[in-house]
Amino acid sequence: MTQVSIPFSTKNGPHLEALRARHVADTYDEYREEGPVSTVDHTPSESAPDAQKWADVQASDDFVELKRRLLKFVFPVSGLFLAWYLLYVLLADYAHGFMSTKVLGNINVGLIFGLLQFVSTFVITTLYVRHANKNLDPLAEKLRNEIEGDGK
Amino acid sequence: MNESSPILNISIFGVFVIATLIVVIRASRNTKTAADYLAAGRAFTGPQNGIAIAGDYLSAASFLGIAGAIALNGYDGFLYSIGFLVAWLIALLLVAELLRNTGKYTMGDVLSFRMRQRPVRAAAATSTMAVSFFYLLAQMAGAGGLVALLLGITGTGGQALVIAVVGALMIAYVLIGGMKGTTWVQIIKAVLLIAGAGIMTVWVLGKYGFNLSSLLGAAVDAAPKAGEKLLGPGLQYGKTGTSKLDFLSLALALVLGTAGLPHILMRFYTVPTAKEARRSVVWAIWLIGIFYLFTLVLGYGAGALVGPDKINAAPGKANSAAPLLALELGGPILLGLIAAVAFATILAVVAGLTITASASFAHDIYANIIKKGQAEDKDSEVKVARITAIVIGLVSIGGGIIANGQNIAFLVALAFAVAASANLPTILYSLFWKRFNTSGALWSIYGGLFVTITLIILSPAVSGTPTSMFKNADFDLFPLSNPGIVSIPVAFLLGYIGTILSKDKADPAKQAEMEVRSLTGAGAEKAIAH
Repeated sequence: MTQVSIPFSTKNGPHLEALRARHVADTYDEYREEGPVSTVDHTPSESAPDAQKWADVQASDDFVELKRRLLKFVFPVSGLFLAWYLLYVLLADYAHGFMSTKVLGNINVGLIFGLLQFVSTFVITTLYVRHANKNLDPLAEKLRNEIEGDGK
Repeated sequence: MNESSPILNISIFGVFVIATLIVVIRASRNTKTAADYLAAGRAFTGPQNGIAIAGDYLSAASFLGIAGAIALNGYDGFLYSIGFLVAWLIALLLVAELLRNTGKYTMGDVLSFRMRQRPVRAAAATSTMAVSFFYLLAQMAGAGGLVALLLGITGTGGQALVIAVVGALMIAYVLIGGMKGTTWVQIIKAVLLIAGAGIMTVWVLGKYGFNLSSLLGAAVDAAPKAGEKLLGPGLQYGKTGTSKLDFLSLALALVLGTAGLPHILMRFYTVPTAKEARRSVVWAIWLIGIFYLFTLVLGYGAGALVGPDKINAAPGKANSAAPLLALELGGPILLGLIAAVAFATILAVVAGLTITASASFAHDIYANIIKKGQAEDKDSEVKVARITAIVIGLVSIGGGIIANGQNIAFLVALAFAVAASANLPTILYSLFWKRFNTSGALWSIYGGLFVTITLIILSPAVSGTPTSMFKNADFDLFPLSNPGIVSIPVAFLLGYIGTILSKDKADPAKQAEMEVRSLTGAGAEKAIAH
């Protein structure tokens, strides 16, 4: 089984204590009672320095760039495949004659378009994985290490 | 011609049950904490989870329902599978990784992250249970029809007994194995299902010289009533303007529903990182896509080799197309194997749904609302999850007996409509819209849920036509059986209006935390070492 070990470093900034305590608590239940018990209205890791830390990261150049790279890919591509799917559905729904036009033996336009939906799904999946591995993961990892490691 | 042999079918199924129970018991030995029980210790790999997702997703409706729909309605059945597949891109691009990074066990974790916890969790749990319940009903109803065909049990009492046995087995899986055991059942079942469908596909194609065109021609020849229309769209949905609109509505719910199905979302918590969540979706997309290509061949194959008249005359009607094709190809043994796989499918999906609904109750309602977060990750959370699983199991046995004979694909389509209307808008808004607030979340969840269910109750699927649930009543004020075309935009709109009308401000600190965590994976729940 794969495991991700919890990074323990001795150089903890004070604002990271809460975050670290949370990881430990999730792994070893009993520690939770000693740690800060979360309030009703918010998920854990709620303390002033922490909140500042998240806001700082959110405003950092690296994070802005990561967000831009993600959204620049996923929003247009989502729009594109939804439009292509909708076009296909509308054709199948309202253009029976066109979709039933035979192209090769008994294989008609509708079947080819349908199979092309499969192809486009597989292609987009592959492209996204490539984009994420190359352009998103390294930056996300860098930021994650900054936040979880000894910070800036 | 070969005959179905109930004893053989039961024996093969029995072997599956015993084998999976052994796996479940072995897998459960390390199950101690809530993260073990509800998220399998987050220790599955991407490929393992991807196979399990395929197992969760390729329900009886996909296998029996789509193959049957293609056999009888030709191209229109194929349209279902395309919507089901393309939908995964939304999960891949917009939801899976961000959700894995911000949540813990349930959809409610993500939706309530930066909102007021108690009201939003209550809403998320409500819609989780609603979707899971519709989906459960579909599976249990399918079990009845399948049993009629495979075991030769045609009496309602006998079918009810078998539904009860399925329910009892499912409760056992969930109680003993938790998420880990359930995941292994899904993996075993997915491998069997995809392999079985693959073998049959090659077999069918082999009979036609691996020429798809000849297969299609044979299907047309075997269906004198439908004829050439079998190959083009419109046979089922193209009759009137209303039915065309109904199809458009269905297509929307299919493509937008998947990424809002709680039992699929919950699977992303069983892997250690967002990257593994991405890998699982990629595996799932390939497996599901290939499987749907198989069903295309199987559907037309059943039409060509078994013929629509024989399928319509069989006890399970359209749902029996795939099993009858197996009988035609490989005799009673292949039928027994395919029947066992189909049964295993129902069992595994039902177990996955049950653990999702019970996790939502235990984690969102019990630990975070009733116990105000104090019971989170305690033993009592697991205990409540187990008790809830028993209750849900019993309710779904009852519901399955009542819903026996309803159309499986239709019930699943309803689950997708609720997921697309109540869940997806709220998930997307909370991940991507900074201003989204508690009031917007409540409006989109409850509003989406209310509009969808109201439209379903007022639809011809429930009353007013000979095929309705209540044939003699007549309150079908809404003309479409599928509410998605209205309910999905309305839910998005309600989320927007609820947000801007409220004095409630979004919490910028929590928004910053959520956004940074969702994109970077900082502070995400880690895998558990044993």
